[in-house]
Amino acid sequence: MKREIPILITLVTGLFCLIGFFVPHPAVRFLYDDIQQWVIVIVGATYVLGVANLLRINSVQVSQKALDWPYKIVLMAGLLGMMAIGFAEGNHYSDDASKFSWMYIRVYSPMSATMFALLAFFIASAAFRAFRIRSFDALLLAIAAFILMIGRVPIGNAIHPIIPAAADWLMEVPQNAAKRGILIGAALGVMATGIRLILGMEKTYGSGESS
Amino acid sequence: MLPLALFAGNALAFPIEAKDTPNDGGRSVTLTWKTPDQHPARWILVRRERGGAFAPVVTLDGSLARYVDEADALTNGISYEYQLVADPADPPLNSEISLPVIPSPDWLDSTKANVLVVTVLFFIVLFFTINQAHRGRRWTFRKIPGLVAIEEAIGRATEMGKGVLYIPGVQDIDDIQTIASMILLAQVSRLTAKYETKLSVPTNSPAVYTVADEVVKSGYQDVGRADAHQADMVRYLTSEQFAYVAAVNGIMLRERPAANLLLGAFFAESLLLAETGHSIGAIQIAGTANVHQMPFFVVACDYTLIGEEYYAASALLSNDPLLLGSLKSADTVKLVLIIVIAIGCALATWGNPSLGAWFSAQ
Repeated sequence: MKREIPILITLVTGLFCLIGFFVPHPAVRFLYDDIQQWVIVIVGATYVLGVANLLRINSVQVSQKALDWPYKIVLMAGLLGMMAIGFAEGNHYSDDASKFSWMYIRVYSPMSATMFALLAFFIASAAFRAFRIRSFDALLLAIAAFILMIGRVPIGNAIHPIIPAAADWLMEVPQNAAKRGILIGAALGVMATGIRLILGMEKTYGSGESS
Repeated sequence: MLPLALFAGNALAFPIEAKDTPNDGGRSVTLTWKTPDQHPARWILVRRERGGAFAPVVTLDGSLARYVDEADALTNGISYEYQLVADPADPPLNSEISLPVIPSPDWLDSTKANVLVVTVLFFIVLFFTINQAHRGRRWTFRKIPGLVAIEEAIGRATEMGKGVLYIPGVQDIDDIQTIASMILLAQVSRLTAKYETKLSVPTNSPAVYTVADEVVKSGYQDVGRADAHQADMVRYLTSEQFAYVAAVNGIMLRERPAANLLLGAFFAESLLLAETGHSIGAIQIAGTANVHQMPFFVVACDYTLIGEEYYAASALLSNDPLLLGSLKSADTVKLVLIIVIAIGCALATWGNPSLGAWFSAQ
């Protein structure tokens, strides 16, 4: 039963949501919309489990003085501090003038932007490896990338107008064709995966006791 | 309320058509009219239940020629009549009173007929292939190097005495890529349990953490190694994208896993994770259906599962005839779609775009 009940729930809700996608009638849509709301409620409830897990793992690492343990204290202080400020400010926690917003905008956002900015350096190192011409495929990649990079900046047009035109052609024809092929394949993969789950063919959940 | 007398003037009447809005849940009426050349600045749309008194609904710009009335006041099954009243009323340029219209809900959204046809076709082919599998038919598929490499990577980590880092993407559990990642995680956890290799699964969503924790526990139980399962194998880090990247990169640099499996939905963080993984010398296998991130993974990882390969991975790894049958059905439908696309291209070339238009998103 531990395996059959989850499969039955998945089958019923999965088929119902599949039907609900095609049927706008309120008799179906009402429950369909409700199920979407249940998802939000369930995900919200899992935050309690997530935070408990985060605190448990990090407090154990602090108590054991694991590698870089002082940073775990900073992490937990940040988590609990933000929660305390948010709860203290109640429904106004997201107001522009709130302390919570100040912490988010002045502390978190710059750190987040810093992480994102590292991408520039990572792109450079990855591009350096990608453009080493070790095969015919790599040669084609390097030529296409060269045309695109030159074609997307003013100097490309200054050299010859055909360069930006070639860059546009590369993006609109071969790139689009390959991308759409991948998308169609992926869409069918989504369908196959969804149907396998709905019909209980995938044995991921509830597999611990039977397989 | 506007005086009823306002709605009486009808000197230069023009027709207005009221229809039940198609493909909806009811309580909606679509109104169309041909805007007169000399139209007023505004229209006041008025509505009445059949036989009742007109009441204003909304004031519209004078140049409009269409309006969808979706007011809460509408009730399915009740007959309504509409009229446009010029504002200002001089000259009295009101529309005729529309024919009665009854809003009603529909049982099928015909704009999704193309999706329905493909879905039904998929189900038919799927049940056929499942039936074939039950009768003992077996299919072979090309080997996907990335999938073969998963077991090799875990074996390598075992030999090196290091761990496996499994990153399930940055989307929540309602994303199909994350769900597919959980299915793959089940296979990976069985392998790490079998080889007694340390597995680490940092998640960026508490819902994903909850599911992943259950999946990993089940994986260890499946191979009879429940005792080897550790509570901190799966952990929730943060739901913020770049905070998650910082945390996972920190784990990579501290724990130096021998294998990084990046399987799920990735966005701007894909290269940040993959390049850090490359810098520590880990064997990296990535899989995603996000087209814009694939080039980053192709460049920075040793193997990449692209699009449908990613979704097919669990079936191919399991070698279950029924799951392989579902892959065969996806391939069959793909072949049908390729033929339909070719026919659509030919028709469009000869000036008939109807097939392409029917398949376009509506």
